[in-house]
Amino acid sequence: MLEVEEQDKFGDHLFASGHTACPGCGQSLAARLVLRAAGRNVIVVNSTGCLEVFSSKYPESAWEVPWLHSLFENTAAVAAGIEAALKINGQLDKVRVIAQGGDGSTADIGLGAISGMFERGHDVLYICYDNEAYMNTGIQRSGLTPYYARTTTSPPGRVSMGNWRPKKDVPQIAVAHEIPYVATASVGYHLDLDRKIRRALSIRGPKYMQIHVPCPLGWGSDPAHTIDIARLAVNTGLYPLYEVEEGETKVQKIPRKVPVEEYLKLQTRFRHLFGKNGGKKELEEIQRIADRNIEKYGLIGK
Amino acid sequence: MKITLGTVTHPGGSRVNKTGSWRTAGKPHFLHQRCIACDLCALSCPEGCIFGTGQKTYYANEDYCKGCGICANVCPVEDIEMVSEEDEHG
Amino acid sequence: MVKGRMLQGARAMAEMVALCRPKVISAYPITPQTLIVEELSQIVADGDLEAEFINVEGEHSAASVCLGACAAGARVFTCSSSQGILLMSEVIFNISGMRLPVVMICVNRSVSAPLNIWNDQQDSMILRDSGWIQLYAENNQETCDLLLQAYRIAEDHRVMLPVMVCADGYVLPHAYEIVDLPDQEKADAFLPFYEPIYKLDVENPSTMGAYADPEKYMETRYMIQETLKKSIPIVEEVARDFSNTFARPSYGLFENYHVDDSSTVVVALGSMAGTIKDAIDELRTEGEKVGLLRMICYRPFPKEALYEALRNAVNIVVIEKDISLGASGAVATDMRAIFQGRDASPRISGFVIGLGGRDVTIDDIKLAIKKAQQQFEDADFIGLKEELELEGIDA
Ligand SMILES: Cc1ncc(C[n+]2csc(CCOP(=O)(O)OP(=O)(O)O)c2C)c(N)n1
Ligand SMILES: [Mg+2]
Repeated sequence: MLEVEEQDKFGDHLFASGHTACPGCGQSLAARLVLRAAGRNVIVVNSTGCLEVFSSKYPESAWEVPWLHSLFENTAAVAAGIEAALKINGQLDKVRVIAQGGDGSTADIGLGAISGMFERGHDVLYICYDNEAYMNTGIQRSGLTPYYARTTTSPPGRVSMGNWRPKKDVPQIAVAHEIPYVATASVGYHLDLDRKIRRALSIRGPKYMQIHVPCPLGWGSDPAHTIDIARLAVNTGLYPLYEVEEGETKVQKIPRKVPVEEYLKLQTRFRHLFGKNGGKKELEEIQRIADRNIEKYGLIGK
Repeated sequence: MKITLGTVTHPGGSRVNKTGSWRTAGKPHFLHQRCIACDLCALSCPEGCIFGTGQKTYYANEDYCKGCGICANVCPVEDIEMVSEEDEHG
Repeated sequence: MVKGRMLQGARAMAEMVALCRPKVISAYPITPQTLIVEELSQIVADGDLEAEFINVEGEHSAASVCLGACAAGARVFTCSSSQGILLMSEVIFNISGMRLPVVMICVNRSVSAPLNIWNDQQDSMILRDSGWIQLYAENNQETCDLLLQAYRIAEDHRVMLPVMVCADGYVLPHAYEIVDLPDQEKADAFLPFYEPIYKLDVENPSTMGAYADPEKYMETRYMIQETLKKSIPIVEEVARDFSNTFARPSYGLFENYHVDDSSTVVVALGSMAGTIKDAIDELRTEGEKVGLLRMICYRPFPKEALYEALRNAVNIVVIEKDISLGASGAVATDMRAIFQGRDASPRISGFVIGLGGRDVTIDDIKLAIKKAQQQFEDADFIGLKEELELEGIDA
């Protein structure tokens, strides 16, 4: 197994200041933490989306590592090509390939390419920054938008309470490919995130990580609360943190169950659930999702 | 300025964007009283513009700080507060 | 004695690809390209080519794998047809915009609907605006010869643009012909190692695929346009060098078949040139001054050279296997533009022929020529079956 290079304290400079993400952007923070853990010997491929746009306006790049953006849906395939080139040139022992994109590029338009990359066994870590909608194009619904969230294409209206479907379980889709490592993480828990990135990069073969990253603009939350909100998502049970290595699941426990309302009420995308016109039924349904996660993954207790 | 083949560009050029000018709602003031050097402020900064090398040494590079307030919010010992731009007691 | 071996076209093309030593190959099966990919898989499986062969889940990914590998500094190859070309098209534009010297074969086939697996050139014609260099081959020997040249042109630091070699489906890859392939040493001498200008490298990091705002984007398009214009003499230069090295003619921009003394000149691309030459030979024995300009390099479009070659023609007869539906054939439209504002003004008629594998006969060619000599024709379909009643068209 490969030792991942030890990073010094200022290793986080691999994602430079001056990028143009919104204040309090969870995705920009997560991207910085990922590179801090990954170190210099990585090649990063990025899907079209917020992260790509706010970090690569020509000629001003925030990336200190080799970085390539091609299209919205082909990132896993481009990464596979880079890995193949490194492999045939005998460089794969020194260099790691990371493919990364938003939830839209991952769960929706790029899922086929990701599945192909997994199935062919490329030595690539795929990272999904899950901000739960198409933010770059102005907050449209994706396959990872949670139940009853307001987006511009799942607006609540006279006959709708917002997004009408639960989140697609992409981590379990990855698990079904029997790849060596799958993990969920949260920008609210940087130590856990850091450890999982290092772990993932120490394993050869395809890896999948999905990082929950609050989006103040899209979620209607206070930029100062990005970390708190990310932690609440975990502690309600709505975003269970776990890793699956060689088929075995390890979870990060939560200290006590926080009611989902505490998480939802900090975000205007759920405001319609707290109005005069009801939302009680929907809130109960969301609570049931959290409870099911707590039970399924054994999030509480020893 | 030269336009390169395929708009290939060099790393780190984003630093020319002084995003500090975006601030509208104040900036962090590091009190340097209770700081335990946990590094959480630096690790939680989306701009990567908070630095420190030990207790009570942390500061934000105001050229880049967008004033989001995450650092003040995550500080476990309440040693960072958000102040208005004019407030210069730091 | 004829040099070479009797080979199926697909086998010859695959062997030629191997002689070019790509490091990464990625493709997805589609008729009639499949044979080439199968042959290449076998060549790699037998260890006769040291390359990564990536069996992807679709053509969009095949092109993307090539894009990534090329950006990492590897010589790459892909190959597709028809729907696969259309599925790739987003990546095709991306590759040229990123200035990556990818080389591919488009085995020309019609596009759906209705589904039809036979030959025409609608698929590659759709991508004529993509910034790729497009070379159209007449036969298997030429397809192979152009492949070797394609890498030389694409990877030339004065060019750094992708090249698509177009070969008519079924007519070429499925046919057995004698093909003369160079030995590895000679191929290597003609085609040196690929030296990228930029690549993904942890020792020397760069950002590739940055986005350009309105202050910069237009220049990137202008740069490709100018580079394509400047690559016209490079295409000629490489063809000359090829002819000298391998003692076999390679025509460069186009083949001139009795053009100079002809008042009527047919313009066409690809394998139907064989039939057209037969028709011309017959007409010339009857005393008619008819010639053929067989275009090889369609993009960049060599306007000046074409003008010079055709300025004395009275009738230009464009016969093509594509149609910009609702307008005219793509080649006819381009040909007409050459003569705008110039002294020579030949009549340029356009004929659409052989779509979806419809047979192209000597009589069809003669009919087109005759019609064009009588009056101006545009997007005239040759070879329609009169016995068929067409709903919504025939009253
Ligand atoms: C083929 C294609 N379809 C649509 C788009 C438009 N588009 C660009 S980014 C984007 C949404 C990105 O969403 P996500 O992947 O979740 O990333 P985010 O911006 O939220 O970080 C869309 C729809 C595109 N660039 N390409
Ligand atoms: Mg998103």
